[in-house]
Amino acid sequence: MTTETATTPRVPGAFSGAALRPDFPVFDTLTGTGKRLVYLDAAASAPKPRRVIDTIADAYGHHYANVHRGIYELSEDATARFEAARATVARFVGAASPREIVFVRNATEAINLVAYSWGRANLRAGDRMLTTQLEHHANIVPWQQLCREVGATLDYVSITDDGRLDPDDLRAHLANGPKLVAVAGVSNALGTINPLTEIVRLAHEAGALVLVDAAQSAPHMPTDVAAIDCDFLALSGHKMLGPSGIGVLWSRRELLDAMPPFLTGGSMIIKVTLDGAEWNEVPYKFEAGTPAIVEAIGLGEAINYLTDLGMDAVREHERDLFEQAWAALREIPGVRLLGPDDPAIHAGVISFVLDGIHPHDVATVFDHEGVAVRAGHHCAQPVMQRYDIPATTRASFYVYNDTDDVEALASAIRATQQLFS
Amino acid sequence: MDNLYRDFILEHYRNPHNKGFLDPHDLHFDDSNPTCGDEMSMTLRLDPGGETITDVGFDGRGCAISQASASILTDGLRGQSLDQVRAMNPKDLLDELGVPIGPARLKCALLSYKVLQGAVRGGEFDWPAEAEAMTG
Repeated sequence: MTTETATTPRVPGAFSGAALRPDFPVFDTLTGTGKRLVYLDAAASAPKPRRVIDTIADAYGHHYANVHRGIYELSEDATARFEAARATVARFVGAASPREIVFVRNATEAINLVAYSWGRANLRAGDRMLTTQLEHHANIVPWQQLCREVGATLDYVSITDDGRLDPDDLRAHLANGPKLVAVAGVSNALGTINPLTEIVRLAHEAGALVLVDAAQSAPHMPTDVAAIDCDFLALSGHKMLGPSGIGVLWSRRELLDAMPPFLTGGSMIIKVTLDGAEWNEVPYKFEAGTPAIVEAIGLGEAINYLTDLGMDAVREHERDLFEQAWAALREIPGVRLLGPDDPAIHAGVISFVLDGIHPHDVATVFDHEGVAVRAGHHCAQPVMQRYDIPATTRASFYVYNDTDDVEALASAIRATQQLFS
Repeated sequence: MDNLYRDFILEHYRNPHNKGFLDPHDLHFDDSNPTCGDEMSMTLRLDPGGETITDVGFDGRGCAISQASASILTDGLRGQSLDQVRAMNPKDLLDELGVPIGPARLKCALLSYKVLQGAVRGGEFDWPAEAEAMTG
């Protein structure tokens, strides 16, 4: 693995985003309009460090065979690297064992796995389950489908004007005895950091299990499933410097053991006869077919990169950038900022609306300035409906961002306003 | 940038032609751009024979490109027969806009065309192939 360099000090809170940019090949080239790339769209997907890209190329080039099958050195090597990545993920989320780590394609698939497997085995007609108004579609649609199919009722915790879950509404819904609460760690559309530990405590008191959609939180702050005390946690590798096509479902061993398989086929079985099959042990019971071997190994290396920085330091870095950007954008007339004001509960995601200018036009002008942002509903249309806006522009920060990017954001906003004035 | 947001585009955006919901109307269709969730409605009035467009209104909020495109498209509709509208080529609308529309903005530029086709065909019309790459 790459040795520690001056660009990745281990002092918490002390790394410079600009100094990390040489680690990311995407910043080697200027944009089509000759500008430095100001990448503010990590919440959609994050660029990859050279270390991750090199690890992927090396794994495909020199350590590749199918896993858990070949009785030969190359397959054993690939299997060891694949399983080492599982152990790395387990440490990263605070799992009790690597066996609690199921590799899937992304957080969406992890949530679907729970909805199909746990949901169809445990939710009955007349039951209730609970999600929230600030979720990504990935944490809404699978539950809508599940509830429609089994005849259960899906309720939503409402959100306040400043983008927080309404605690009174949460309590009121929990009093109805939902069997499951599905909630995001961080809202992708608003940046709100949800009080997971508190939500889980209340949900457990009400007898509900809790699934955490950590797609937006795991890349940006420490994740500890033992401390959160949740029952399921889903994350996507591509949002945390890893490859696309790899994600993770974590759950407690006894829950995974009791759940029926989701996808079936090869490698998830112990024995198959023409009359039926016996399931393999977890996590393999949930990993039918050849998995995304190299993608898992790449995710492991992405996690190594992040833990070398330190997740507390990553969170501090983004909090600092959030505070700079929030202060700068508030100064600009005609900017409406969404989400909570308090930096302690606002991740490095800023969703905003410019008076009289559509977010698509904003993003196009930004693009011309070399600033990559997301414009749209962010796969969270209920959030847009809540604030009666069709879409927002969203800037999201990560480890390679720095004060110069905040300045570029503010200056791109001014350029947009000038063009449309 | 100045190539895309030319003055006449911004002028159509600020003061769109044919904006509004015609009531009563003979034909009506709503559709949306999945990338941003923007919705647009198109209402049409026809001559007594039911073949020729006599009035048109589009409604809904959207970006400068989608609003200017709808404004320009609807300007040319009065006096057109439904058959002529069904035979329209989306490229003609892009040509009429006369500004470079990149792949990320094609749905913005062609939303009005899609809604209009839905109205004259009585049901949802597929995105033109060139705009299909961008989904929600």
